[in-house]
Amino acid sequence: MSEETKSSNVKPGDVKPVWGAPERFERERVAPIGFYNARIVDPAADRDERGGLLIQAGKIADVGAHLGPDSFPAGADVIDARGSVVAPGLIDMRVFTGEPGFEHRETIASASRAAAAGGVTTMICMPDTDPVIEDVAMVDYVQRLARGTSLVRVRPMAALTRGLQGSAITEIGLLSAAGAVAFTNGRRPITNAQTMRRALTYARDFDALIVHHPEDPDLVGEGVMHEGEMSTRLGLTGIPAEAETVMLSRDLKLVGLAGGRYHAAQLSAARSLTTLRRAKERGLPVTAGVSINNLTLNENDIGAYRTFVKLSPPLRSEEDRRGLVEALADGLIDVIVSSHDPQDVETKRHPFAEAENGAIGLETLLAAALRLYHSDDVPLIRLIDALSTRPARMLGLNGGSLQPGRPADVIHLDADMPWIVDLGALSSRSKNTPFEDARMQGRVLRTIVAGRTVYDYRSL
Amino acid sequence: MTVSVDTPSIAFPHRHLLGIDQLSPFEIEGLLDLADGFVALNRQVEKKLSTLRGRTQINLFFEASTRTQSSFELAGKRLGADVMNMSVGSSSVKKGETLLDTAVTLHAMHPDLIVVRHHSAGAVELLAKKVGCSVVNAGDGAHEHPTQALLDALTIRRHKGTLQGLVVAICGDVLHSRVARSNIGLLNAMGARVRVIAPSTLLPTAIDRLGVEVFRDIRSGIENADVVMMLRLQRERMQGALVPSVREYFHYFGLDAEKLKLAKPDALVMHPGPMNRGVEIDSDVADGPQSVIREQVEMGVAVRMAVLDALARNLPNA
Repeated sequence: MSEETKSSNVKPGDVKPVWGAPERFERERVAPIGFYNARIVDPAADRDERGGLLIQAGKIADVGAHLGPDSFPAGADVIDARGSVVAPGLIDMRVFTGEPGFEHRETIASASRAAAAGGVTTMICMPDTDPVIEDVAMVDYVQRLARGTSLVRVRPMAALTRGLQGSAITEIGLLSAAGAVAFTNGRRPITNAQTMRRALTYARDFDALIVHHPEDPDLVGEGVMHEGEMSTRLGLTGIPAEAETVMLSRDLKLVGLAGGRYHAAQLSAARSLTTLRRAKERGLPVTAGVSINNLTLNENDIGAYRTFVKLSPPLRSEEDRRGLVEALADGLIDVIVSSHDPQDVETKRHPFAEAENGAIGLETLLAAALRLYHSDDVPLIRLIDALSTRPARMLGLNGGSLQPGRPADVIHLDADMPWIVDLGALSSRSKNTPFEDARMQGRVLRTIVAGRTVYDYRSL
Repeated sequence: MTVSVDTPSIAFPHRHLLGIDQLSPFEIEGLLDLADGFVALNRQVEKKLSTLRGRTQINLFFEASTRTQSSFELAGKRLGADVMNMSVGSSSVKKGETLLDTAVTLHAMHPDLIVVRHHSAGAVELLAKKVGCSVVNAGDGAHEHPTQALLDALTIRRHKGTLQGLVVAICGDVLHSRVARSNIGLLNAMGARVRVIAPSTLLPTAIDRLGVEVFRDIRSGIENADVVMMLRLQRERMQGALVPSVREYFHYFGLDAEKLKLAKPDALVMHPGPMNRGVEIDSDVADGPQSVIREQVEMGVAVRMAVLDALARNLPNA
């Protein structure tokens, strides 16, 4: 972001009180872990080379080509990682857990097991809970809950407006201090332009990040899928791409006026990208994310009214998908999110138009993203950048890097291992995956959070 | 007393009839041939067959419909089935939960045929996956209404001898119409040339990709048409952001005697009913010599008998 627009009381990267289970791990005595012969992928250092990594006392102790099988201390868990990749753990910026309020769909504990199995070492939880995460007590509560039950790090985004109602803004300063990493209205767009302007203006004083789902509810109307030939054939009401582009344009203009940091949570339409590119070229403090679903699926996956691919924003055309992939590759789109949104039978087993939006994704995020690597569309280092390094930078988190001294949130993955998504084997409490029975290539072998192994493929 | 009717053997390898898009032209012809025989039967005094004797047919209507439901009821009874009507008022429906719960409940009653109408596209297909019997789609949202398209085709074929090469103009609220979608599919499959006429607000995106010519004025759209199919415009859609007023709608899209003159002299006038007289169609035309609207109702019973018969032939122990 440009320096002119920044005026902060809290510097990004300031070490805020860190909560969550991983702090338990740091107190536990865990044997050091050493990898050698690995392909080390570390976007933060622009490193993609053969080498080793040493983890000690919950931190990265050493990294580089000089580390061989004999470089590690006695008693260390030493792994010959020939043919596999070691990278920073993923930071998923859009996770709906269901706790508190919808524990039958997903708890923080069950989501964290899915995260660990998918290589996600930090989950950023959305405030769309019941009650809404909108005050300091709730931010505190969620982090305490996570400390007791989660395998991975958990940080909440707080509500941008009270009750997610889109009118009164929340205590952005106090919530930031309590540990909220960003502010969002979750699934609900803010329709009132004046509210958005004021939120951006106020948030700027705290250098707080505003994360928005730009989708004009009036243009969505009764729409349930991408508007086009497919919606016409299925007899379903369509959502035009303009539902997104209209509100995104408004938001970006307001950023120009107000100057706060703005992140479009998940874009779906290729036509949004020109608007985004222009705003970035002007130096506005804007970033954008994309859901893994919009990168790897399109409207045709709805097939015979499959409600598991009913999503918001909707899956769009193949041209849109191609556009998003290209924008991801060249860095215009900053981050990839899973948009993990557990829904159960009662909300999904309906006629298409009546089913809820949303799909789970923590466990398949990385494997699905690797499709873009195997298809030669996006280099591996850029994928890890979008899944880990950039989210860390945007949210002011310490992870997303393999530099010595950083927390040892690390994944070891076999980027080529073939597997099939088996509904029964998923850790999520809800099974609404759009990748049921999908063929995947690439699997996490081990997930390490704060130096401790929280997932090991071999132990399955 | 036994009644004889010409029921040719036809190829119909389907367990359900969910939409026109699952049918080949050959199968459509077969159903129409079968229905022709039932038209003759229905004009006799003794109309009852025993084809479906012992079979149970349930008409499950989540959306109120007098004519379609009674048409299916009569069709089932004339074939000898035991027919039960279940109307599930949409107000009492707690969305699709009831749909699947109802499916499970019905399944336990061992019906052989279920006829379903639902306000949501894809709902009938969803239900079909959860029951063990044959399912007929009697209309699902704005998706399909296959027996309506078949009865329209039968009506046209009996007048024109064939569907091949005919110009058929479909006029009205195509956006919300399952009748239009099923008819477009069937008519294209059978080699007719299909036009749609509607204001752009009542046309779905990319409708031309379905193989139709698009017109924004009935005068140009029905020129030299062999068949004019009018669609119902629901009253709640006549004011607001889709259509500004009844007056303006009728001016550009309503059918009256004067506009009908632009079509071929022997053009057929059709309407799936129920009609809004004076909104989309003038009474002179609706009751005039070119109108086959009442005949469509008659063909409806015959076509539904053909569909039920064809599906029952694939039932276990048939």
